[in-house]
Amino acid sequence: MSILQKHAVLEKNVTLLAIFAFLVVTIGGLVQIVPLFYLENTIEDVEGMRPYTPLELAGREVYLREGCYVCHSQMIRPMRDEVERYGHYSLAVESKYDHPFQWGSKRTGPDLARVGGRYSDEWHVDHLRDPQSVVPESVMPKYGFLEAKLIEGTYIGDLMRTNRMVGVPYSDEMIEAAQADFLAQADPDSDYDGLLERYGENVNVRNFDGAPGVSEADALIAYLQMLGTLVDFSTFTPDASR
Amino acid sequence: MSNNKKNDDLDYETTGHEWDGIQEYNKPLPKWWLWTFYACIVWGIGYTIAYPAWPGISGATPGLLGFSTRGNVEKAITDHEAELGPINDKLASVELTAIADDQELLQYANNAGGAIFRTWCAQCHGSGAAGAKGYPNLLDDDWLWGGSIEAIHETVSHGIRNEVDDMARWSQMPAFGRDELLENEEVVQVVNYVMQMSGQEPRDPAAAEAGAEVYDINCSGCHMEDGTGDRFQGAPNLTDRIWLYGGDYDSLYDTVYNSRFGVMPPMGGADLTEAEIRAVSVYVHGLGGGEASEE
Repeated sequence: MSILQKHAVLEKNVTLLAIFAFLVVTIGGLVQIVPLFYLENTIEDVEGMRPYTPLELAGREVYLREGCYVCHSQMIRPMRDEVERYGHYSLAVESKYDHPFQWGSKRTGPDLARVGGRYSDEWHVDHLRDPQSVVPESVMPKYGFLEAKLIEGTYIGDLMRTNRMVGVPYSDEMIEAAQADFLAQADPDSDYDGLLERYGENVNVRNFDGAPGVSEADALIAYLQMLGTLVDFSTFTPDASR
Repeated sequence: MSNNKKNDDLDYETTGHEWDGIQEYNKPLPKWWLWTFYACIVWGIGYTIAYPAWPGISGATPGLLGFSTRGNVEKAITDHEAELGPINDKLASVELTAIADDQELLQYANNAGGAIFRTWCAQCHGSGAAGAKGYPNLLDDDWLWGGSIEAIHETVSHGIRNEVDDMARWSQMPAFGRDELLENEEVVQVVNYVMQMSGQEPRDPAAAEAGAEVYDINCSGCHMEDGTGDRFQGAPNLTDRIWLYGGDYDSLYDTVYNSRFGVMPPMGGADLTEAEIRAVSVYVHGLGGGEASEE
């Protein structure tokens, strides 16, 4: 009885077939998934990565709520044309505090992984209000209503606590000062020393939308203006052997 | 038709199943299919040997071909740069004004500059460089900070009124109304005066007349007495009917009351190389409004 005929036993017994099919899929899954958890070179060690500030996190929520990811990816692929257009290809580590991540390859709009600092805040305000006013050929809808919606960050601490449960290293101090930091980042006249101390010097503190109060547009622009700016590629060269 | 049963079918065994006298043959898979299947398995094994594949304790097997995505993109970029190296070096080192005299260099700079413009500049200035409200039109001969190749090069390198680059040129128009530097009546007067100055019909001719004095005291320092502006301070010419934020009464009122503060990010530093900055400067200079350099 050759091995092929033994296989007929599996084909004729549905319970055995289910058991063995499950085993094969399990092995495939283990080989593909498990190494990502322990291999050192999956997520390389870089300087500069920090969790989102409360305002940026709120902006990220707006980004998710409005479905920006439907048209915009945040993943620059390692290809010359992408690197020339968008900047250094994305590293896995750059989305390590993203829950959920914003990777993708379907782009109706441009990739936003390194949009931070590329345009002025005023441009973002104009562009959110009426994208066609600055990019006539754009098909993006208008998001001017974000400016009118004032938010106070009442529940931002809870969101940070939730993020901590899935591995984002927010300290107790960060969560305690969440709302204060939230308000301070959008007000350059505030006392924001604590914010910089907790999140680092590269936090943008500005009145992002140029209007009084903290609006959803403030939060979204704060988020967009930090995207891709945390890792300083003038001092860090990724291991090219991968 | 159901009766033309081929004789060779009789050589095969049946599965032993029978339903209402219908039996099922136990025929083997077609040979071509089976061998393709085996070939795929062999190919798969070969692939995992040639390319990075099996995870180990501290890393994955690198594969005999030494394939690496990051290595590939780095090589593609290095190759491309090596190819363009000589002409980029030349572009970055010659006198700015000499680029236009070298036909090959000019053509290269214009083409490269066009591509760079569409990647880095088109979002604000438009893909055709016609600008938008608040973002200057680069096709005309009206320049805020100068239209010579040197001036454009400086603007592209350092940007305007940004906090990123210390060399960025700054100026700030006071918010005459918001910061209570002028009475509302005076703002209205000066707006009417500016409308008259630019050849438009003022909304209120009497106010326009009164606005002349307000203008002389508050505005002529930057926009000049005759309203032709001052490029050294990025103060626009108010007489030419080319408006960055609109020249109608409401827009002008908004401008005088709240002031304007257009920002341009620097393209120097991390983003563009000197050769790329020069290429895009040449491209913008050649769009139609480029001015000759001052000797």
